[in-house]
Amino acid sequence: MPALPPHIVPSGRKRPGPADRTPVYAVVGNPNCGKSTLFNALTGLKQKVGNYPGVTVEKKIGETYSQHGKPIKIIDLPGAYSLAARSPDEAVTRDVLLGRRADTPQPDRILCIVDATNLERNLYLVHQILDLGRPVILVVNMMDLAKSAGLQVRVGRLEEELGIPVIACEAVNGKGLVELKLAMSRVDLPLARHRWDVPAAVAPAVAELQAALTDSDRRPPLVARAEALLLLTDFDTVRVAGSAPLSVRTTDILKHWRKKWEGEGTDWAGTLVASRYDAIARICADTVRQSGVTGPSVSDKIDAVVIHPLWGWVVFGSVMTLFFLSIFTFAQAPMDWIGDQTAALATWLKTAMPAGDLRSLLTDGVIGGVGTIITFLPQILILYFFIGLLENTGYMARAAFIMDRLMSRVGLNGKSFIPLLSSYACAIPGIMATRTIEDPKDRLVTILVAPLMSCSARLPVYLLMIAALLPGDAVPVFTKVGLMLLMYALGTLGAFGFAWLFKRTLLKGAPPMMIMELPPYRLPRWRDVVLQMFERAGLFLRKAGTVILGISIVLWFLTTYPRHPNPDATATEQIAHSFAGQAGHLIEPVIKPLGFDWRVGIGLITSFAAREVFVSSMGVIFGVEGGDEKNTAPLREALHQAAWPGGATLFTPLVCLVLMVYYVFAMQCMSTVAVVKRETNGWKWPLFQIAYMTGTAWLVCLVIYQTGRALGY
Amino acid sequence: MSAALKLSELPLGASARVKDFPKTGATFLRLREMGLLPGTSVTFVRAAPLGDPLEFKLRGYLLTLRREEAAQITVEA
Repeated sequence: MPALPPHIVPSGRKRPGPADRTPVYAVVGNPNCGKSTLFNALTGLKQKVGNYPGVTVEKKIGETYSQHGKPIKIIDLPGAYSLAARSPDEAVTRDVLLGRRADTPQPDRILCIVDATNLERNLYLVHQILDLGRPVILVVNMMDLAKSAGLQVRVGRLEEELGIPVIACEAVNGKGLVELKLAMSRVDLPLARHRWDVPAAVAPAVAELQAALTDSDRRPPLVARAEALLLLTDFDTVRVAGSAPLSVRTTDILKHWRKKWEGEGTDWAGTLVASRYDAIARICADTVRQSGVTGPSVSDKIDAVVIHPLWGWVVFGSVMTLFFLSIFTFAQAPMDWIGDQTAALATWLKTAMPAGDLRSLLTDGVIGGVGTIITFLPQILILYFFIGLLENTGYMARAAFIMDRLMSRVGLNGKSFIPLLSSYACAIPGIMATRTIEDPKDRLVTILVAPLMSCSARLPVYLLMIAALLPGDAVPVFTKVGLMLLMYALGTLGAFGFAWLFKRTLLKGAPPMMIMELPPYRLPRWRDVVLQMFERAGLFLRKAGTVILGISIVLWFLTTYPRHPNPDATATEQIAHSFAGQAGHLIEPVIKPLGFDWRVGIGLITSFAAREVFVSSMGVIFGVEGGDEKNTAPLREALHQAAWPGGATLFTPLVCLVLMVYYVFAMQCMSTVAVVKRETNGWKWPLFQIAYMTGTAWLVCLVIYQTGRALGY
Repeated sequence: MSAALKLSELPLGASARVKDFPKTGATFLRLREMGLLPGTSVTFVRAAPLGDPLEFKLRGYLLTLRREEAAQITVEA
């Protein structure tokens, strides 16, 4: 083994060697470097997906075996361009590598993945990681793409230069995996030999910070040096829950130097970055050869069409149309099937169990409530599949690029577009897709307004109200579609309006920016897409499941108790007698100015489970047996008969319209609440969301109803 | 010619070297970390269909920037 630089002192005493316990590897790399594909190839299906406690960053831990059959633990850290974090994702990567997180072990060894086609920028992160003094294996991925771009990457030279194992790899084709496994199985891994000169201007500050971090923050000497260097470019701006704060001494030193440099006009951060790139340029000078001039790459040719001023829109429109058509066509059959199965299960339970409260709890509360959500699962899965496909092929970044201009009008950036678009089908995947938005405030604004996009669960309500609104069976398609589009337009307008408002008031952020890499197009890696689809859907079911189950049971309780004194009471009588019925009476004074009576109130309360529940609730309340979403004719008749105590018609055309508008704005979906709670780490934002959305719904409906009345409708 | 101009004023398809850069601000620090440094060669590839943001090629990869950000960077041909 070559002589180590003087600052590298192996801290052998602190942790047992890899031979004694399962070694932990961390996989690190820039976004789009093929990290996930490699992680999936190494671990197969042996992975656990969760969240870092307190942050909504995906935590993936997998397991693989060494050549000797010993287990190896692998943590897949979020993609990062630098350890000077700019997003919660990058902050987690930084904190895990620095050992700042109590919930995750500091990795023993680090696998750095770099993209061979753009080695210099990828090596920047590696350069920061080498400072940590941990054993590193460098994986140069996408060698095939580099070759076709006319780049010759001499892996052997890189290995000599850095003194660590460097492995050429094509993760997509499985090439280089055996060599990687061999390297990972080595008991001894050499530490990097590479040394670079810290610019003289910042050297005293690094020394001071290093001393403070060692003494006051109890960092091992080498980590202290790496962290000191990092703090000078990072200033610890992005902090996430779960990472230990720095000591006062360190913070004071940092402030002192920053003030001094700002006074002198020294560009300390720029100097540090530049000196790293100088060191990288020296490494690359001998490693990468550009052989001959190559024409435009396949990606360039695709982009010439996909981002073309005219064809770009055609492609964009086609992709989005396909996206929606497939959701509504492919999802329908499995949705019906699941609906039938849950209904069959409830029916079977009714025959298998003696009548009683427990049976009612299981069939009406648990199966009824949870079943409603599971029915939407096919749609959610297809959405995740599409989002994964768009990310995987590289089109997602193009869509953000194309839409950025429009989104910037309301203060967001292009990355909010796909989450909002997905919310037209269902807000849940839309909200979970906001994880690609780096800026926490932009992300929160997108989450807050996403449920205003009219989702597919609103369709049954719209259809019922349109049917009740327009007399006769032969409703002109034109009117029907027109009304429907009006509701969609209203929701969209509301979403953008509130985004604009929130960005200007509550969540005023830094000036918007759109620094984004457009990765080269790749053929989809189906395995990665499908794996991710199931992971995300599973995460939703597990994490939101408890909240959904809880609310389902509460809603069941409210409609079941107190029991009607007459045991032979009909469902209609029972619900009228229940707490929900009483609550309907209780809120009647509030909703009467909107033209709703207490029975509509019950519908509003019960459909908090999911908007479409309104339809079945109306069926129960107005005593229509066998009416369902597909055949609304009997229910429509019943609604036409419904009247106020004085005899005035309840569902006038105006009231039907107002009710539709109410569902456009009101937050009537417990699953969304559960997901927002999870994605924002607490009840503050979901409660705010319920308040602002339902408040807006009430206000808009009030204006429409009262204006309509004044005009004589 | 070696006249300095803004990165946002670069003609389509033209390449230039970065000359100067705002020293402060997280945005510009991140741009540096992504390899856009004084002396780096940058090519203006295309603008988005609506005219903003802009797409540049540097160090073998494609990067997007809003016009407003690009206007703060000076380059020389």
